[in-house]
Amino acid sequence: MALQSLDIKRRSATTTPPPGVRKSPEVAKLIDISKCIGCKACQTACMEWNDLRDDIGKTTGIYDNPRDLDENNWTVMRFSEVELERGKLEWLIRKDGCMHCGDPGCLKACPAPGAVIQYSNGIVDFHEESCIGCGYCITGCPFDIPRISKKDAKAYKCTLCSDRVSAGVEPACVKTCPTGAITFGAKEEIIHHANGRIADLKGRGFANAGIYDPEGVGKTHVMYVLQHADKPGIYSNLPENPGISPMVSLWKGAAKPLASLALGAVAAGAFFHYVTKGANEVSEEIEKEFENEKR
Amino acid sequence: MKNDKDKIARFTPAERVNHWVLALTFILLALSGLVFFHPSFYFLNNLFGGGVWARILHPFIGIVMAISFAAMFFKFKGENVLTPGDREWLKHAREMFEGDDSHMPEAGKFNAGQKLLFWLLLLCMALLLLSGLIIWRRYFSNIFPVWMVRFASLLHAASGAGIIALIMGHIYLAIWTRESMGAMLYGYVRRAWARQHHPAWFRQVNGEEK
Ligand code: HEM
Repeated sequence: MALQSLDIKRRSATTTPPPGVRKSPEVAKLIDISKCIGCKACQTACMEWNDLRDDIGKTTGIYDNPRDLDENNWTVMRFSEVELERGKLEWLIRKDGCMHCGDPGCLKACPAPGAVIQYSNGIVDFHEESCIGCGYCITGCPFDIPRISKKDAKAYKCTLCSDRVSAGVEPACVKTCPTGAITFGAKEEIIHHANGRIADLKGRGFANAGIYDPEGVGKTHVMYVLQHADKPGIYSNLPENPGISPMVSLWKGAAKPLASLALGAVAAGAFFHYVTKGANEVSEEIEKEFENEKR
Repeated sequence: MKNDKDKIARFTPAERVNHWVLALTFILLALSGLVFFHPSFYFLNNLFGGGVWARILHPFIGIVMAISFAAMFFKFKGENVLTPGDREWLKHAREMFEGDDSHMPEAGKFNAGQKLLFWLLLLCMALLLLSGLIIWRRYFSNIFPVWMVRFASLLHAASGAGIIALIMGHIYLAIWTRESMGAMLYGYVRRAWARQHHPAWFRQVNGEEK
């Protein structure tokens, strides 16, 4: 939920251009998993800045806490223990949350005008006031991110601190990260920074180190540096080739305006059938037969 | 009207009441469903008190419609069994729409077109109910895997558009075929009407009477 803006690139369920006179440069947040120590300061900063407090939950014996994203937790650290080489345990900690896709599945699926918007800087934001609570954004999302609140039935997710960014400051998680694992800036510069990190990791023996900025969703505005970019799945099921599901594209694609036209054609066809052929009445012959019978 | 010798009973009061419950719930479902279908229909949300209300009400109305449809199904399924004669009827349907029904095989209580509609409606209703429950986020969607919710969304939209087209046809034919509306409103039709449009049924009823 952000302030009124003049740099809207796309707006859900809207067939005319959104207000877009202002252009903002493309931004990106980079999460360098090789630098993350799993302190969860980003989770706390997120709750603090956005003023969200979840109820106290239950410990389930693993580090992930809370266990999942929800309307109060827009980012969670997911911990996985992986042994790619025997005897060499790796603790991979992925900060999960909205990826701010270039081609957002949530925005495509949303039926409520203006409930999901994408700014020209790449941030995908929910406008809860326009949200009707249908949950189509969850159906459309390739990363399983949005959550519907049990209390108010509105969809919530990370805003990439669109309110802070519009005022020229970095997101709260970035500001708070003690190891510098999360960085934020113009996307171009951030990619440049990521490439430096990847070269460094390669030099330290991580031959498959790389950036996660998937093409299938039109690239993202939250990216990862992965030590093992060839196996994103080991990072708590980060999808290897994310994209809007073909079923969602079909459901939300050209078929719908065509079906709408077809319905209009049925109505028009019926009307003109009536106009050209007239009503289907009882024939005079039969009417006469029954008239005579009566007498 | 009941005692009019010129009339034949076609639908019982219970059948008529259920038909109009079904009709009303259908119209509410079509109008509220289209809200989510495409932005060009979003304005229809105003009929329901806003998008949120449309989203809340639609599935509950759907449950009422499903119950009403089930009642109609069990009442009429026997009379809607397709027969070899129906194939012949469908072959000549085009001529009938052109205005010449002299070659139509004799229809029973329901003609082949009505029977076909009956089974297509059953198919659409079954798909809509199943997929509708799966995409009902408030109570059910979270227990299904996301691919299933996606498939159900697609199926619900397709079968929703399908059933709307079918019912538009149904309504038109009820208007086109003069006096048939009266059968569902008052329960009776004129003997001449029955003789014209459902001759086999007419003879059957006459035989019973004599
Ligand atoms: C049989 C019981 C039914 C159930 C349980 C049901 C449920 C639903 C649900 C849960 C939605 C998503 C929006 C929301 O959360 O309210 C929906 C959408 C929709 N429904 Fe139904 N529905 C039913 C019957 C129908 C019928 C009979 C029609 C057609 C007249 C229909 C047409 C639609 C349409 C067009 C949509 C929008 C689909 C889209 O987004 O593409 N539904 N329905």
